[in-house]
Amino acid sequence: MDNLIFLIAVGSAIGIAAGYLGSFMVLKRMSLVGDALTHVALPGMAIALTYGFSPTLGALIALTLAVVGIWYLDETTDVYPEALVGIFFTASLALGLLITPEPELLEALFGNIEKIGFVEGVITIIISFAVVILTWSISQKILMGVVSEELAKAMKVSISKYNLFYLLLVGVIVAMGVKFVGTLLMGALVIVPAAAAKNVSRGINSYYFLSAVFGLISAVIGILAANILNISSGPAVVLTSILIFIATYLLKK
Amino acid sequence: MPDESLLTVSGLKVRLDNQLILDDLSFEVTKDKTLAIIGPNGAGKSVLFRALLGLIPYQGEIKWKSGVKIGYVPQRLSIEKDIPLTVGEFLSFKERVKAEREKVLSLVGIDKEVSFLNKKLGVLSGGQLQRVLIAFALLDNPDVLLFDEPTSGIDISSEETIYSLLHRLQDTQNLTIILISHELQVVYRYADTVLCLNKEKICFGTPEETLDKESLIKVFGKEAGFYHHH
Repeated sequence: MDNLIFLIAVGSAIGIAAGYLGSFMVLKRMSLVGDALTHVALPGMAIALTYGFSPTLGALIALTLAVVGIWYLDETTDVYPEALVGIFFTASLALGLLITPEPELLEALFGNIEKIGFVEGVITIIISFAVVILTWSISQKILMGVVSEELAKAMKVSISKYNLFYLLLVGVIVAMGVKFVGTLLMGALVIVPAAAAKNVSRGINSYYFLSAVFGLISAVIGILAANILNISSGPAVVLTSILIFIATYLLKK
Repeated sequence: MPDESLLTVSGLKVRLDNQLILDDLSFEVTKDKTLAIIGPNGAGKSVLFRALLGLIPYQGEIKWKSGVKIGYVPQRLSIEKDIPLTVGEFLSFKERVKAEREKVLSLVGIDKEVSFLNKKLGVLSGGQLQRVLIAFALLDNPDVLLFDEPTSGIDISSEETIYSLLHRLQDTQNLTIILISHELQVVYRYADTVLCLNKEKICFGTPEETLDKESLIKVFGKEAGFYHHH
């Protein structure tokens, strides 16, 4: 029971952070990119497992490289090379599937929150909140870039610097989250709560707040349901978030 | 009077993707005056603005009077209709003093009622959005306003009031205005100086002396006479 409460706390922290950071991803019209980005974690984890260092660290390194790549393309091209990004991420998933050691493959793909130890869990909670606070501190700047890049630049806001910083923070949260919901489903935890919040928000602050809250609710209900029904927690969490999305979509109509 | 000069542009050249967009452009803007930039589509008007704002690389010289504060009103925003951002939240990007905001809002003729401030930015009409963007630009008391007029999307009635608004700003705010305009009537009525642009400077001077048929034909092509009505 104590362990369940601890796992819910860890999952909630990731859910809140992923939901909140995802709110900008959705505004930036990068939903699909954000979703596919998480697949890049897999080859990083595979290499880490093969050479015996932390899979989270491996995921973080792979994600950081991918984030810098996305950022660079976004900065240097006018038309976003969506197909190119899709191909690259799918390639890394395929490669990851080949090189991930068989016993760990299922866990890497779909996550296993039970495997998160106490110290790791505490670190995850701390990092999640640090990421939320850092993102909050640059939220106006990111939003300004979404509303009008020209206007932001005219106000001397260096959009590209903030975009890179934001995307790196996304990489951190995804690396934390793959242990929880797995590399295939982590993208959904970033995108779906924000997409749901967008359906029902009247203003930007309620949008941020609801994105985080929907991430939180998805984690809590998902983990509880997984525990009661004896199913895998990753898919349970993501399905919960999708139910929230459907509810908000109907509410909007 | 050099100290009255707010902006001096000399020998400005802008090249984008290896194409020469602006060539050897020189002009001057005097403090508290209104300069209208006219020219056909693709003449480089918006590019000139971006160069003036320092958003793109250029050759030549753009010299603003030191310490000048520039307010920029873009043609449009890059937002989706359903962006969860209200007018009030947008304005608060810049807000400092509440009283200032009230003043600016009434200046641009925005309904100060909460209901308007709570509207989503994406659902505003062209004219309403224009006012919001002008209010935004005015919020930190700029010395000069760069106003990029949208070519479409604004209904006639609100267009009329956008220009009477500009007129009001000229009268009350000690504001230098540089505007890109597509309406020659507006230029005649509100501009002190006009710059006709088509990659290079075609004409420059008061509307009365520059906007003759000859230079209009040079700028816009044959049908230019059609524009000439007061």
